[in-house]
Amino acid sequence: MALANEKSLAFPSPRRGAGAMSGMKRPLAKSTRVLEALGYFVGLIALWEAVIRVFAVPPYLFPAPTDVFVALWRGVASGVYLTNLAITMTEVLAGFALGALAGLLLGIGIVTIPVLERVLYPYVVALQTVPKVAIAPLMIVWFGFGLQSKIFIVAMACMFPVLINTIAGMRATDSDRISLVRAMCGSEFQVLRYIRLPSALPYIFAGLNTAIVLAVISAIVGEFVGARAGIGVLILQANFALDLASVFALLVLLSSTGVALNLAFRYLERKVCFWSGKSTK
Amino acid sequence: MHAMSQSTLDVTDLDLVYTTSSGSVQALQNIQLSVADGEFVSIVGPSGCGKSSLLKLVLGLEKATRGDIRVSGAKIDGPTKNVGCVFQSPVLLPWRRIRENVLLPADVMKIDRKVVSQRADALLRLVGLGGFEERYPFELSGGMQQRASIVRALVHDPRILMMDEPFAALDAMTREQMTLELQRIWMESGKTLIFVTHSISEAVLLSDRIVVMSARPGRIVEVFENKAARPRRFDSLASPELSELAAKIRNCLDQACVS
Repeated sequence: MALANEKSLAFPSPRRGAGAMSGMKRPLAKSTRVLEALGYFVGLIALWEAVIRVFAVPPYLFPAPTDVFVALWRGVASGVYLTNLAITMTEVLAGFALGALAGLLLGIGIVTIPVLERVLYPYVVALQTVPKVAIAPLMIVWFGFGLQSKIFIVAMACMFPVLINTIAGMRATDSDRISLVRAMCGSEFQVLRYIRLPSALPYIFAGLNTAIVLAVISAIVGEFVGARAGIGVLILQANFALDLASVFALLVLLSSTGVALNLAFRYLERKVCFWSGKSTK
Repeated sequence: MHAMSQSTLDVTDLDLVYTTSSGSVQALQNIQLSVADGEFVSIVGPSGCGKSSLLKLVLGLEKATRGDIRVSGAKIDGPTKNVGCVFQSPVLLPWRRIRENVLLPADVMKIDRKVVSQRADALLRLVGLGGFEERYPFELSGGMQQRASIVRALVHDPRILMMDEPFAALDAMTREQMTLELQRIWMESGKTLIFVTHSISEAVLLSDRIVVMSARPGRIVEVFENKAARPRRFDSLASPELSELAAKIRNCLDQACVS
């Protein structure tokens, strides 16, 4: 349940900031709001550039936006950023898929098979409190410096929010819906297929949304701990060389990918759970 | 009484005892009831008289402590395909369109959709939902949703239709309209109908027989016959015959509540 609510925490509405600044005026059209936000963004960048130039801040302490842009351009044009991004994204997506699937199946198992609940649930609760990042070094030992170890680190992190939300969603299923299918001579599998799983979808999506954010974080952390390639490795190298412009450029790249993933998921959620929040009783 | 027609539902010596942490509660005591094929029987009683428990037992969702229930002679030992049911709320699945919702029994009972879809469409037209097949439940009013749930209960052609206060959540106007519509649907479909309600006027208007139950333990206090001509209307309730019947039922219910 707690994780289901985290959705709103993890994804604050981008409009909220702009709206607060403009005060409580009449609601603006969407295009106007986008323009307004863009205006603030450009202003912020200009201010940043001005401060760096006026105070002559050395680039190894804090890079100017123009330096960051140049670094980003070079990194992308040379192909280095994109090949490494591809590696990191492979870890993110493969780990996410693996972890989400494991969480979903385990959640279904725990809710539908009482023995599994008794045997597994205590461990689930106990493991949930362990920061998955702390397990990263172990994974490197077991699975090496390649993709595999990062995929497992990501999968570990993604599994829990999906698992917990699947359990919460399936438990929250309206009992009348379950009686309905049972009264039609429905089997437990049919109750699961026609009622429990679809009813839990909004919860599961909240879990997936949390998981995709954790997936990016854990992939980077995994690469920090031990990897040969990936955005995390590039960040470490640039940091080592005090090339902060490149670090910033990589962070920009990373956060834009994160935003893109988030938007894709929210779109998918709207398509799949179009009925969520609409009252049918 | 109903010697001519064969009975569809037989309840004999039925007891239901719930065991809770604070001891056992007798929900139903010695229930005897025979419902003829095609008959409309209402069950009225104060809250907690075990009406809904009786319904769950007939649906096979619960097990009786003693006695048995037979539908068309076959003992109820779990859910059966011979009983359809309408709950207090429509319980439509919001992710399915109206037609898909109505066809849920076909999916669950593994009946070929082609076999029932024509029947489903005819039933949807019968309840006035023709043209709404492709809508989602949340696009329909409460009354329309409940009509869809009646169609869903009838789509696999069960012998008995059980309704548990189906109009309780509707506003007064819609409720009267739905009551009349239910009479029409029942007359056209020829189903055996068990109708649980709190409303005496609904029971009198609709039923061939009205079963009055008392609370804790739930027992049948009296059964009233209603032979008034059909179709009945709400102004028929003002007739001496029906108003006298309603008064008798009210009297009986008052005593059931006191004792």
